[in-house]
Amino acid sequence: MLQVDNLSGGYGREPIVRNVSFHVEKGEVLGILGPNGSGKSTLLKIISGILPKQSGKVMIAGKPSGAYTQKQFAQQVAVLPQLHAHAFSHSVKDTVALGRYPYQTGIFSSWSEFDEQAVQEAMNHTGVTRYENTAIELLSGGEQQRVFVAQALAQQAPILLLDEPTNHLDIAHQQQLLDTIRNQARQKGITVISVFHDINLAALYCDRLLLLKNGEVASIGVPQDVVLEPEIHHVYNARVKTQPHPEMPKPQMTLLPNLQEKVELFSVKKADITIKEDHVLLQSSQSLKTISSAVHNAGLGWYKTFVNRGVRADYMIDDVQRENTDYLRTLGYHLTDTVAMMTAVSPEHVEVEEYEGEFGSIVVAVTAGVGNAVDVSKSWQREDIPYIGTINTWVFVNGELSEEAFVQALITATEAKVKALQDEQVKDPESGTVATGTSTDSVLIASTQQGEYLPYAGPITQLGKLIGKGVYDCTVRAIHSYRLAVGEHG
Amino acid sequence: MNKTVLAYVVSIATLLVAIWLGVSIGTVKIPIETLWNQADATASNILWKIRMPRVLLAGIVGASLAISGAAFQGLLKNPLADPYTLGVSSGASVGAVITLFFGISLPILGAFTLPVFSMMGAAITMFLVIGFARMVDRSMKMETIILTGIIFGSFLGSVLSLMIALTQEELRQIVGWLLGSVSMRGWNYILMVLPFFFIGTCMLWLNRRELNALLFGEERAHHLGVNVKQRKLMILLGGSVLTGSAVAVSGTIGFVGLVVPHMTRMLWGSDHRHVLPLSLCNGASLLIICDLVARTIISPAELPVGVITAFIGAPVFAYIFYKQRRKGAM
Repeated sequence: MLQVDNLSGGYGREPIVRNVSFHVEKGEVLGILGPNGSGKSTLLKIISGILPKQSGKVMIAGKPSGAYTQKQFAQQVAVLPQLHAHAFSHSVKDTVALGRYPYQTGIFSSWSEFDEQAVQEAMNHTGVTRYENTAIELLSGGEQQRVFVAQALAQQAPILLLDEPTNHLDIAHQQQLLDTIRNQARQKGITVISVFHDINLAALYCDRLLLLKNGEVASIGVPQDVVLEPEIHHVYNARVKTQPHPEMPKPQMTLLPNLQEKVELFSVKKADITIKEDHVLLQSSQSLKTISSAVHNAGLGWYKTFVNRGVRADYMIDDVQRENTDYLRTLGYHLTDTVAMMTAVSPEHVEVEEYEGEFGSIVVAVTAGVGNAVDVSKSWQREDIPYIGTINTWVFVNGELSEEAFVQALITATEAKVKALQDEQVKDPESGTVATGTSTDSVLIASTQQGEYLPYAGPITQLGKLIGKGVYDCTVRAIHSYRLAVGEHG
Repeated sequence: MNKTVLAYVVSIATLLVAIWLGVSIGTVKIPIETLWNQADATASNILWKIRMPRVLLAGIVGASLAISGAAFQGLLKNPLADPYTLGVSSGASVGAVITLFFGISLPILGAFTLPVFSMMGAAITMFLVIGFARMVDRSMKMETIILTGIIFGSFLGSVLSLMIALTQEELRQIVGWLLGSVSMRGWNYILMVLPFFFIGTCMLWLNRRELNALLFGEERAHHLGVNVKQRKLMILLGGSVLTGSAVAVSGTIGFVGLVVPHMTRMLWGSDHRHVLPLSLCNGASLLIICDLVARTIISPAELPVGVITAFIGAPVFAYIFYKQRRKGAM
């Protein structure tokens, strides 16, 4: 649809954009990214003919852009401007209707039904129909920008060029605007080329991205291949980390700040874990990077307060999340700072130990209620509802773990737990075989992210060895403690 | 749509009333029947030889200034622009005074030498003012253009003073003419200005849609498919033709091009498809009324009409400036 070959040009004699080549297919959304002064807007202006090109070609629908008259060009390419103030007021409808200018011919008015329809349709798609007769300067920035989108859509051009369309808009308006543009591109097969300031927005809404550095193409491709840590660092000179978007297969990046603040060193000690009336508690002075399958705040996050709550064996609540949240609130724990698990074992049966390694230490805490033990390889034969039997395993690491190490730590801890059950001959009452866990086990790995960098946590790494030994020991002791308690009470 | 129809009805009715008042009021009261009833020869004479040409000339001049003001404002996105504030009227005056001063009369142009030189003065000043303003400040802020207009206007004013000082015998005539007046011009002047009035008006009216697009800036207009360079030239030339010819027959009459489009926009919106014809109509009405006031207020003496328009125009100018700055400050 649009092809750019070896394009160079800019304001003065020295070209700002140099040897840029790319092509965009019909219906595709291409995002142009780059630091300030990299020539993003200039490139767009050269394509739209505002600035002269010094060399190279711009082909639109197979014809060089210079072969079009101004009106013909506007029938092919619509441009969405950046917001600016106006000295005179226009009504919304008159503003949108200007999008039909390229189709107006003759000395007298040639406004056709088709023009009117295009204007109405554009206003409907952008949701500005209700402001039809309002003066444009009375609208908010977001609404004004929508009016200009409507104007560009009314132009009914197969190519749409946008220059930072979400500049100065709040996030709700950013989303609305980009949703509208993306949906229009899909439904009508409009080819969109847009300059973006925000890498994450661009990655979300574009099919492909073009990264400019000093007026030259640094990288072009699908967002996954462009929003890469080394690429962004090279072009923007900023430290970033990329992560997948939670709902879409698109990369998102976050800045890694270089702060001058003093980092206060801290570590988790055995003594930090205290036993309260109905829960086991660890309160850390600083946040720990945590991954867990807890009831409250499961998944990955940074937390300071860790609660392993002992409930009665007949605890049966429909909305466990909510009941547990209320419980945490009454105890005065900060909800967004807290990870909480549940167990039917009373808190005094927790087994806590600290293990020293060359890199530092880890603290392990286990509660093991094995009344509901399950052999996972036979569990497909069972039909009982899940119930809080539960072995809860906590591992706190005084070190800096990689993402890989977090996952390996989970595996290592689980393997150690299974081994403990095996050695203790904990049986699955249904199948009569050795159990591998209970139906509702939970595990938590948390780390200070300070001290030595620990890239791996497999069973023969330093960290893995400690986790294996620690979780095995504590689980065995916790099973003993549980059996003793059950024996005493029963 | 109803609002637009109303706008035209009101404007045309006002114009007819203005013409009626213009021809009937004066030292001798002329009844309206004189238009079709020639029984009273004296009244008929006054009407057709003195009043009517005067009223029509005021109308044409007012219309020319108002429509070119509207066009300049749209093109420059500047509500304070008009032939007078931009210095274009002064340029036209210099062109006209040069013609009078040197007694130039070009063979082909004949009687049209004066308006043609006047237009050339207007066009040259226009391009100098805009060129200079752009050189000072690429974004051409409202104040920059007006200041440039003042600079050029003052300079041209001193050129005029110099030439007046050098022509002793015709001094009074030129000074009177400079202050702006449509008195005692007669039908010749109307015939002289009419063709240019039509040409200029057509040039601007053909660009009414382009002016709407240009309100959003030249870059935006370009994106919408306007051939900006060509259209801008056409609008500037059209405005210069109208200003030049108006100045040639009536001298410098200020602020009509400012007040009329402003009122028109305030009442009926800024769509140039209507702003241009409505400004034309209301500009004519305004100048006819102002001229009526100018010749009756201190009767039997007469004020130059430019005094009256400036009297109305300057406060309006101040008001628009205040409003725009307040808008910018918010």
